[in-house]
Amino acid sequence: MSNQDQYKVHREPFYQAQGREVILYEAAYAARLPVMLKGPTGCGKSRFVEYMAWKLGKPLITVACNEDMTASDLVGRYLLEANGTRWLDGPLTTAARIGAICYLDEIVEARQDTTVVIHPLTDHRRVLPIDKKGELIEAHADFQLVISYNPGYQSLMKDLKQSTKQRFTAFDFDYPEAALETLIVTKETGLDEASAARLVKIAQAARNLKGHGLDEGISTRLVVYAATLIRGGVAPQDACRMAMARPITDDADIRATLDHAIDATFDPSPA
Amino acid sequence: MTAGIRPATDTRKQAMLHPQVQAYWQEIDCGFQQVADVFEECLYEALSTFSREEIKAYLEAARVLGKLGRGPEPMLAFLEEWPSVATAIGGDVLPPVMGLVRAMQKSPNGNAIAPFLQTLAAVARRLQSAEQLQFYIDIAQDLMVRTTGSIHGHHTTFPSPGLPEFFARAPFLANMLSMAGVRNWVEYGVRHYGNHPERQTDYFKLQSADSRAVLQRERHGTLFADVERRLDLYLRALWRDSDQLVPYSTAFDELRKPIPYYDSLGLRVPDVLDDAHGPGGTVSGLDRYRAVLAHMVGHRRWSRPQIADNWSPFQRMAVECFEDCRIETLLIREYPGLRRIFLALHPKPVADACDPETTSCLRHRLAMLSRALIDPQHGYTDADLLEYARRFHELLADHAEAGTTEIADLALAYVAKTRRQSDQLAKVHFDDTVIDYRDDNRHLWQYIEDSDDEDFFDDPDKKNKKPSEVAGLPPRHYPEWDYQSQTYRPDWVSLYESLHPSGNPADIDRLLTKHAALAKRLKRLLDLLKPQDKVRIRYQEEGSELDLDVALRSLIDFKGGAMPDPRINMSHRTDGRDIQVLLLLDLSESLNQQAGGADNASGQTILELSQEAVSLLAWAIDCLGDPLAIAGFHSNTRHEVRYQHIKGFSERWDDTVKARLAAMAAGWSTRMGAALRHAGHYLSARKADKRILLLLTDGEPSDIDVADPESLRADAKKAVAELDTQGIATFCLSLDPKADEYVREIFGKRHLVLDRVARLPEKLPLLYMALTR
Repeated sequence: MSNQDQYKVHREPFYQAQGREVILYEAAYAARLPVMLKGPTGCGKSRFVEYMAWKLGKPLITVACNEDMTASDLVGRYLLEANGTRWLDGPLTTAARIGAICYLDEIVEARQDTTVVIHPLTDHRRVLPIDKKGELIEAHADFQLVISYNPGYQSLMKDLKQSTKQRFTAFDFDYPEAALETLIVTKETGLDEASAARLVKIAQAARNLKGHGLDEGISTRLVVYAATLIRGGVAPQDACRMAMARPITDDADIRATLDHAIDATFDPSPA
Repeated sequence: MTAGIRPATDTRKQAMLHPQVQAYWQEIDCGFQQVADVFEECLYEALSTFSREEIKAYLEAARVLGKLGRGPEPMLAFLEEWPSVATAIGGDVLPPVMGLVRAMQKSPNGNAIAPFLQTLAAVARRLQSAEQLQFYIDIAQDLMVRTTGSIHGHHTTFPSPGLPEFFARAPFLANMLSMAGVRNWVEYGVRHYGNHPERQTDYFKLQSADSRAVLQRERHGTLFADVERRLDLYLRALWRDSDQLVPYSTAFDELRKPIPYYDSLGLRVPDVLDDAHGPGGTVSGLDRYRAVLAHMVGHRRWSRPQIADNWSPFQRMAVECFEDCRIETLLIREYPGLRRIFLALHPKPVADACDPETTSCLRHRLAMLSRALIDPQHGYTDADLLEYARRFHELLADHAEAGTTEIADLALAYVAKTRRQSDQLAKVHFDDTVIDYRDDNRHLWQYIEDSDDEDFFDDPDKKNKKPSEVAGLPPRHYPEWDYQSQTYRPDWVSLYESLHPSGNPADIDRLLTKHAALAKRLKRLLDLLKPQDKVRIRYQEEGSELDLDVALRSLIDFKGGAMPDPRINMSHRTDGRDIQVLLLLDLSESLNQQAGGADNASGQTILELSQEAVSLLAWAIDCLGDPLAIAGFHSNTRHEVRYQHIKGFSERWDDTVKARLAAMAAGWSTRMGAALRHAGHYLSARKADKRILLLLTDGEPSDIDVADPESLRADAKKAVAELDTQGIATFCLSLDPKADEYVREIFGKRHLVLDRVARLPEKLPLLYMALTR
């Protein structure tokens, strides 16, 4: 049981619903359907999963996927010891055993042959075969698999296989609309509403440039960073440059445009 | 006086009204009637500005000018212009000015003295400092010395053709360019047209295309071309607008300065904007562009066209003014930082600068109102103005946008309230009323009836007539690098491209059979090069298969108690060839020479050998499956570089291509840079890991209109560097045994000099394979 506690989400994370995703997720969880979250970076996918885990009172195991990850990083491996070997469960196996929500973040970053190991867990079988050990694990009744991916920026080479895609129910996430995003920024950081609205305006200006030299607009996460800096006493223009303009681009023209947007939004002269 | 005949009196003795003037008149000792006519007037002006010593110097200089034997013009020009030169920058510049005059007089350029003095005042007014004027004189002196002709040892025999034209255009140039820019512009003209009097005159008259192009490049301010991308991004990011930006020229339209506008073809903006230094602070050229764009975008977003037939021009002006202010208020509401830019650019008319009794004050009133509507701290006290500003802000209060119609009603009421009789006067107050970032509002008006004060000359039949079809494609223009000034000559080379004419494909087949033995050898090599899709990667901790050798070794280590190597797996990676090649052939006249060397017993020309080599290479590359294009080039001066396609990337190695190859012929010169740039333009459009431009040439770049061999070399070198930045590797195979001197300079390490040309057919395919292995 202590193992379960370790993965529990103890404090309520702040999450502002954009639509009916909370109710829908609860329904999916009740049926233990696997869930896929799609959306650009920093729009609140991981926060949503965290929040749902807290709301449902289930442990959450998060795996950040990367290119070098192999199936054994998920399932588990034998470790060599002085007098033999010892089996160590991977995060996916642990989640299946203790009945946790297993969240595979940025799943497309993992190689395609790796992602196939999750297939038996995601259909009606709900089992995880561990061929190295010759064991077949029945998933715990509370186990659920959640994956996220960002369809926007990855290369054409990195897409999910159809056979993987078609095992999930899916939510489309996007940056929230201006009023809602402002609310999120004020709630998250305590910044006053007028300043938050201006930050959101700049972020939206940058999002208009997506595909014109920017791979991705300014995410809600960066807006929150900028707001945090302003709360910390940094001048708004400096905070915006540091947290919003500089991180996303090295292109001098785009930087100049964003700087102008910042100046035009936060009037530098005393009005 | 009749028919221009003057009485034969001595003007030296002509009586002046004032005795003092008479004394001065004696002093300058002048016999020109034209001068006598204006002398008194000029002197009064001079007396009002000059001290006693300055008057003395002034008259002395005038006397010298009168004695040059150049007619009355130099003296007249000096007498009339000098007082205003001296007021603009002080009288200290007289010695250098006279110095230049003396230099011109001593050289054959005496005819330029009058133009120099005539435009001096206009130039001085623009330059505003003695140092700048000295700079100007130095430039003129330099131009004079370098363009004065000396042929066959007869030194300075011919006057400089460009100098009088330069002086005539000097005020315009000083207005457009900084003095450093003028120097560059002059430098360019002297360097390129130094030996060509007619072209030189055209250049300094600003009539030739490159003269204007260089002028445009040197202009001060923010050039549209430099900030176009930023403006595009600005429109897109802040206003979600992505319309085309079309620059219009501000350089050559003196009388009517064009105003920004927009129509269905895009947003029209000036091609250059200087930084604005106003009372409200400095606004950079880029920010001025942004203000222009923001204003137009605002109109597109919020303005609706109005029917204008029943409104008078005054009413329309007022409606435009109110509407512009409404748009700006809404823009500022969107981005508060814009207020600073707008206010800095908006003139602030002084409240009582205009006298309503004698002048039409309409523009002045509207400009004040406009200022008051967007500037809360306007400080005007006029009751009508305050009343209408209040009503304007009421309309727009509480996030209301109002509409063009509501605002037009307010504007009409304003006109009715403030109309004055004097608004009809011809004398209009223009100072501080031009708001240059606003567009001309043509989109705001809709006319139900066609205007009746204009005839329609456009014949509908004429309009539909299409221009006749031209044979071949129009030329592409490429710049050329000028190593002396380290700049590009804009649009210098015209390149015409075409398909290479065809011959008999069987000739090429015969060549290939001749080299059958070589082909067989090549074939074996090619098979080795063929892409092997899977490559094994060993020593992997995680992999798709167990690598038995390594696994056993690790097991032995493990059993022996040593630390085993955990990297016992292997995996695969795919390894395809992704190469695109463009083979560029130099088809210049020198190819017709016989190839030397002992093993060329058959006496083949270089052209024939190249043909064989290219055929073999094309065949070999076709076997490998790499996309290949072949093109040839030669040039006949910079006005005609021909680029002929022999094989396209997607064409198969078949009879059509072979036929073109068979018809390969040599002629004319080798202007390499333009051909390299054009080939690079095709290659850069291809998508591949490796893009290779293979150049086969037999000599250094040269052309009959270029005397300096270094010039085209430097250009070719620059072209190669440009290609390099585009990720295109250039490799040169030179057949000139003496190529070592220059080929390394142009291509760096990427070259090969083939001494024995006869072995070319064998070498070329091998070289390619070695390059792409």
